[in-house]
Amino acid sequence: MNKDTRMSQITTQLDDSGMVDPNQPADPARRTWVGVACAFGGVAGAATAVPFVASFAPSERARAAGAPVEVDLSALQPGQMTTVEWRGKPVWVLRRTEAQLAALPKLDPLLADPNSDRPGYTPAYAKNEYRSRNPEFFVAVGICTHLGCSPTPNLAAGGGPGLPANWQGGFFCPCHGSSFDLAGRVYANVPAPDNLEIPPYEFSADGTRITVGVDENNQA
Amino acid sequence: MAGDKTVETTGLLGWIDRRFPLTSLFKEHMSEYYAPKNFNFWYFFGSLALLVLVIQVVTGIFLVMNYKPDAKLAFDSVEYIMREVPWGWLIRYMHSTGASMFFVVVYLHMLRGLFYGSYRKPRELVWIFGVAIFLCLMAEAFMGYLLPWGQMSYWGAQVIVNLFSAIPFIGPELAIWIRGDYVVSDATLNRFFALHVIAVPLVLIGLVVAHIIALHEVGSNNPDGVEIKEGPKDAKGHPVDGIPFHPYYSVHDIVGVAGFLIVFAAIVFFAPEMGGYFLEFNNFIPADPLKTPPHIAPVWYFTPFYSMLRATTADFTWVLAAGSLLAGIVLFANGKLKGVWRIAIPAVLIIVAVLFRVIDAKFWGVVVMGGSVVLLGFLPWLDSSPVKSIRYRPTWHKYLYAIFIVNFLILGYLGTQPPSPVFNLMSQIGTVIYLAFFFLMPIWGRLGTFKQVPERINFKAH
Repeated sequence: MNKDTRMSQITTQLDDSGMVDPNQPADPARRTWVGVACAFGGVAGAATAVPFVASFAPSERARAAGAPVEVDLSALQPGQMTTVEWRGKPVWVLRRTEAQLAALPKLDPLLADPNSDRPGYTPAYAKNEYRSRNPEFFVAVGICTHLGCSPTPNLAAGGGPGLPANWQGGFFCPCHGSSFDLAGRVYANVPAPDNLEIPPYEFSADGTRITVGVDENNQA
Repeated sequence: MAGDKTVETTGLLGWIDRRFPLTSLFKEHMSEYYAPKNFNFWYFFGSLALLVLVIQVVTGIFLVMNYKPDAKLAFDSVEYIMREVPWGWLIRYMHSTGASMFFVVVYLHMLRGLFYGSYRKPRELVWIFGVAIFLCLMAEAFMGYLLPWGQMSYWGAQVIVNLFSAIPFIGPELAIWIRGDYVVSDATLNRFFALHVIAVPLVLIGLVVAHIIALHEVGSNNPDGVEIKEGPKDAKGHPVDGIPFHPYYSVHDIVGVAGFLIVFAAIVFFAPEMGGYFLEFNNFIPADPLKTPPHIAPVWYFTPFYSMLRATTADFTWVLAAGSLLAGIVLFANGKLKGVWRIAIPAVLIIVAVLFRVIDAKFWGVVVMGGSVVLLGFLPWLDSSPVKSIRYRPTWHKYLYAIFIVNFLILGYLGTQPPSPVFNLMSQIGTVIYLAFFFLMPIWGRLGTFKQVPERINFKAH
């Protein structure tokens, strides 16, 4: 502090010498520095948002909670279905009967994507008429590809309460009416765009068990 | 004393007024806010919305004291509030009934705006703040509905969050980001709790303040749609067709509050579930991530928009594409657009028409649902009629409004029902009517013989 400022505190004299004449144009150097300060401040402020936005992503614990699930097939009779939980989602294992398998190819004209050509929902080993490694056992994530409800299994053909007429047997989503056949293939002109997701899975050596969450491309 | 403001008040009030503009704020927004004297029944709903907001905030604070935002504990903590917390059932039913009544009041408040052209110049911002409040309210209601962690909570959240996954390219990642997990889980419950209890209410209250400040800047509209500020003024410069909000409307609104509270209490005490419409039966079953209930539907206030979501199937995108194409051709042919716009806007519409068929119907369902709400914000620029109030519109305009209202109610009903081919067709027709009402408004809004708008408002003292 210089002498003048201390003086002004103890006298009643007014010191206007520091005032800028309001009629003068803005000092371009100061303008530049104001701009630079705002730019850096803005960048710093935006950068602060990054950790907050990133904190919304799944936590390490949620990422880690994806352990494979083993299903014993020996107790499953033809026509029976069981549901297991894998990564918080229902996974269906359905043992299809001969009749059910024989009916599948006839449905092709009614389906949106009978050959599972659309990417992302069908591993290479399930890209076939039955969408499975072994035609008898159908394994799929029981989450509708429309908006994530779990479709209801209505395995028998023929209508029922809330089902479309001429129901061929399959899975019917109660939320928005999407329907899937017994290979999880979506019918044409329903809200869901894709066939049901086939999770990675593999059979045990003796074929009596499957492990959901593991295949040649996904190791536990 | 030097530096003191000169104020009219004395004593404690004077002391405050010299430091905080208490009296002048009260005058500006209450005792010297001049509102048209011909307000009718429809004008209760603004102040009632404020009342419900207060009910929700107060009951919400008390619910948080006993609620546990944990996927393992949430459902039981709600039952604990209902059965063991003294008067917990009342506080909880007030909050759940308040949520539905908030929408009842807000829908009627919006309908009032629609009837009397309250969104027209200079009240565009009042209206836009209002639409923003409506959007916030929907977010608030949706997140709050997850908290009881029942089957409907769970699967409703699963469906709505998955709406975001329909967005091309970023969608699936975005949905995971919102949930904080690969499915709706404890992480989702926790963040929805934080947003429901802190973030959204703060924004909501801020928007309500902005809504009222904007309203008080331009002045209230009225059933005649006549500007009282442009009419005669008294010696003090106040419009003679206006009366001070306080005491006239503050007392008047007490009648509305009394009537509202009778209905409110009747629901809270005698029909808090409202036959499954206010509290859905499936929500009394704890959330089960492996099993969707056989019939799920959102709470009634979302169902009109939900119907439009369901209506948008692959076939229906042909209709949307045709509409967009037709609009592009008409806008190009009639030549009202000038310069680059004459090419640009029709070109964009034709590209959109193609995209309707290229991108999945699932995405367009989401766009139709969101768009049907956002569309309301454009009402000030869609309405081209020479008069504000429905009173001076041609009679057939009133039929259009009636069709719009009935259609909205039918869409609401269809949204509560399980999907079926007949209902799906009906909701597709309903969606077309809803969209056509707004998109064709620039055309039909100016057609017909309008009645003469009076110079001053119609008012007969009782």
